[in-house]
Amino acid sequence: MHGSHATGSPYAPHTDEERSQMLDAVGAETEADLFDIPEAVQFDGEFDIDARSERETRRLVRSILGRNDDLTELLGRGHYGYYIPSLVDHLADRSEFLTSYTQYQPEVSQGFLQALFEYQSLLVELTGLEIANCSMYDAATALGEAATLAERVRDTSGHRVLVPDRLLEGRRSTLENYVAGTDLVVEAYPTDDGNVDLAALEEATDEEAVMLYAENPTVRGTIEENLEAVGDLAVANEALFVLGSDPIALSVLQRPADVGADVVVGDASVLGLPTSYGMGLGLFATSEDYLRQVPGRLVGASEDSTDRRAYTLTLQTREQHIRRERATSNICTNQAWVALRTAMHAASLGPNGMVDLAERGVTRAEDLAERLDDLVGVKAPVHDRHHFREFVVRVDQPAPAIASDLEKRGFAVHVVGEHEIQVCVAGVSDARIDSFVTTFREVAR
Amino acid sequence: MSGSRGDGDGRSEDKQVRYDQARYVENGQYEPLLSEKDLTRVEIGGEDDGSPLPDDLTRDSLELPELSEPELARHYTRLSQMIYGIDSGPYPLGSCTMKYNPKFTEDVAALPTAAVHPDRSERSIQGTLELLYRLQDYLGRIGGMDAVTLQPPAGAAGEFVGIRVAAAYHEHNGEGHRDEVIVPESAHGTNFATAALGGYDVVSLPSDDDGRVDLEALEAALSENTAALMLTNPNTLGLFERDITEIAEMVHDVGGLLYYDGANLNALLGRARPGDMGFDVMHYNVHKTFATPHGGGGPGAGPVGVVDDLAPFLPAPRVRENGGSKSETSYELFDPDHTIGKVHGYQGNWLVLIKAFAYIARLGDAGLADASAKAVLNANYLASQIGYDVPYEPFHHEFVASAGEQDAADVAKRMLDYGVHPPTTKWPEIVPEALMTEPTEVESKKTLDRLAAAFNAVADEDDPTLEAAPDRTAARRIDQTSAARSPRLSWQTLDLEDD
Repeated sequence: MHGSHATGSPYAPHTDEERSQMLDAVGAETEADLFDIPEAVQFDGEFDIDARSERETRRLVRSILGRNDDLTELLGRGHYGYYIPSLVDHLADRSEFLTSYTQYQPEVSQGFLQALFEYQSLLVELTGLEIANCSMYDAATALGEAATLAERVRDTSGHRVLVPDRLLEGRRSTLENYVAGTDLVVEAYPTDDGNVDLAALEEATDEEAVMLYAENPTVRGTIEENLEAVGDLAVANEALFVLGSDPIALSVLQRPADVGADVVVGDASVLGLPTSYGMGLGLFATSEDYLRQVPGRLVGASEDSTDRRAYTLTLQTREQHIRRERATSNICTNQAWVALRTAMHAASLGPNGMVDLAERGVTRAEDLAERLDDLVGVKAPVHDRHHFREFVVRVDQPAPAIASDLEKRGFAVHVVGEHEIQVCVAGVSDARIDSFVTTFREVAR
Repeated sequence: MSGSRGDGDGRSEDKQVRYDQARYVENGQYEPLLSEKDLTRVEIGGEDDGSPLPDDLTRDSLELPELSEPELARHYTRLSQMIYGIDSGPYPLGSCTMKYNPKFTEDVAALPTAAVHPDRSERSIQGTLELLYRLQDYLGRIGGMDAVTLQPPAGAAGEFVGIRVAAAYHEHNGEGHRDEVIVPESAHGTNFATAALGGYDVVSLPSDDDGRVDLEALEAALSENTAALMLTNPNTLGLFERDITEIAEMVHDVGGLLYYDGANLNALLGRARPGDMGFDVMHYNVHKTFATPHGGGGPGAGPVGVVDDLAPFLPAPRVRENGGSKSETSYELFDPDHTIGKVHGYQGNWLVLIKAFAYIARLGDAGLADASAKAVLNANYLASQIGYDVPYEPFHHEFVASAGEQDAADVAKRMLDYGVHPPTTKWPEIVPEALMTEPTEVESKKTLDRLAAAFNAVADEDDPTLEAAPDRTAARRIDQTSAARSPRLSWQTLDLEDD
């Protein structure tokens, strides 16, 4: 009998006979003899964790997660629930993809390396920048890495990192932690009607600024109109222009390279992952000027001994396992499998599908805003801007009460102010949007 | 010498796996890039195109492959066939704990009820909060820690939390002057890089002759400037730091904190806990110890456990119980009093955490302890069956053999031809031509015998054979120098070459 579960791990295949042969071979009576742990620190207690059969364990997890309410989420603000084609789940779940690790032996890892190379190429096309790494953890950590890159590559004595006042708290806080070990200081600049307040940013920017950060679309769902001017401001002050976006938005919005972005960060898992309680994929692309300063892994093309093109991790002297305390980042394990899923989803859409998905994000948000605006006690959108997939709504009644009433009726929305809620159309079917409008009419009056 | 040990039947060739990895060749090249199958340019904006946005807010065009689903299914299936994973064969990559990833954990992570947005109200995601709470609790018990955060998305991110928590703790106690982190010479590269990212000066600690922390060197390195000592136990040679109690006392005597790198926790489940050894803060690599898939490089998760004194500094938010009804406990998020804030935009790699929870719940006490027992048995048995010298003992879940006169990197390449994944090579540097080997508990005796046969076959081969390897893999030996000298990091750069 293999791995009798009463006594051990179901995934350790030793039979009793094999176990004794192995113990004999190493001259031990039991496994305990092989441990060299001083008595003073031995643990002979119990964790009090019961073993379960596979079926029982599945039932347990199903029962725990069953406590989550089944709501239609009109939620965005950095994390989205687009529909994921079945192709992505089925192919990404092939166990060669799932159960391999970092490609330290490229000769047996060509498939993953090629998929990551294709992912990098997708980002190069979307951003117009020459270099994309093959993943950071999420948008927030990619932003943190951009700041430490800015510190390394800028000659100025400055230390100011300028970010929008409405930057998501999770991104702001993560950024603060990433720069805590440097001289950098994070400061907020004002926004105006959702977008960068250009005059205020001009006022705030001086030669002490090492990095200007803007997002497109913004956290309020508005599309930026002054990115070129932000880029010019960065050039004039020798600061790095870091732009936050994502692969769906980048399919139609201004190409970052065309507005002078030096680095693009963001969450690439808008493609490839369903809502996953905030799990992400850090997009990181930059100019080839900073090639040697890029954090994270890079896949490059080379040749094998038959002169055929082959792929390998490259420029590893930037990385922690070689450069240690002088590495460009401490990242090792990354989000490679999510990057694979993102690449698969993008390939499944193709350029027509990506542009279509992005444009529908604009028109569907516009349509929903118009319908909500027609309701009594509601103004939508709050900002007089073009919007991408989400927008802010002003409600006469207290926003938390509206959100709570909506939740009771099966819809989740963001509360972003005393009288402001935010809604997102990504991944929500037309039928559910109709039903949302009807429900909203009931709760808003 | 090859293969004649073990059961002594001497038929070494029967023990070796020979295999040919799938290899597609088209027009003299391997599987073409998506961009070589198609590139379609879609124009955006311009006259009467139906774009909902004005031209000055859009890009001009987007050029990417436009392929059908059947074409893509073949592409990615072929790519998968050109990858060696744990399900392909043994994967004894030292320090990476490449154990089998139970299939059912994929199913529970894919439950529709798991697909929730992070901005949902707490009352509407009680299931998610309960699972996180129970996992915090499990990990605390396993590590002997008082409080746990699940936010760090990988081991290195967990280290970063540990270092930031240490900094906040010292600052809080008016000891912000502490500016040094001590790291043993043989530690994982991430330890050094993390301490540097946290703004600390890294003090490197040499090993003593038996491969462990040199107490005299430690005494010399410790001072009132010491913020923390980062330690892996068992260390990267697989050796248990026998003086751990004394080490902890020494670090604590100067007011420093002791950090446990959880990379090697698979050696200790149920037999020793970092909390009992005097560690103040630790990270867990759930993709190692708790069998979540490595996914070609990630995602993992690197939860961090701390003792009570450090709990107020953990990242925000954490999960706690909040009364509830008689029949059901309810849960809520809260910010620790002196939190360092966040190290991830939300709450880390949720889907990975579900899989880790399911693994621990499946194995229970007995399974976890057995996993470590078998992992250590397997490492010892494998070492006893190979001809290469293993200079440091007694090791636990992994051992570091020396390839001797052979080049360890070449040995690894040649092992690929025997249908096994090779060990981690040339590290730690204390062993010349190191072959750092961690078979994990999931290999049977038969598989270990085949793995040993591969080691031994390669040990008997000459340098030219090793240098020419591999030849049965999807690609042959890849030129690393050329890749780094003229970086080609996207298909766009290949197009330039063709032009």
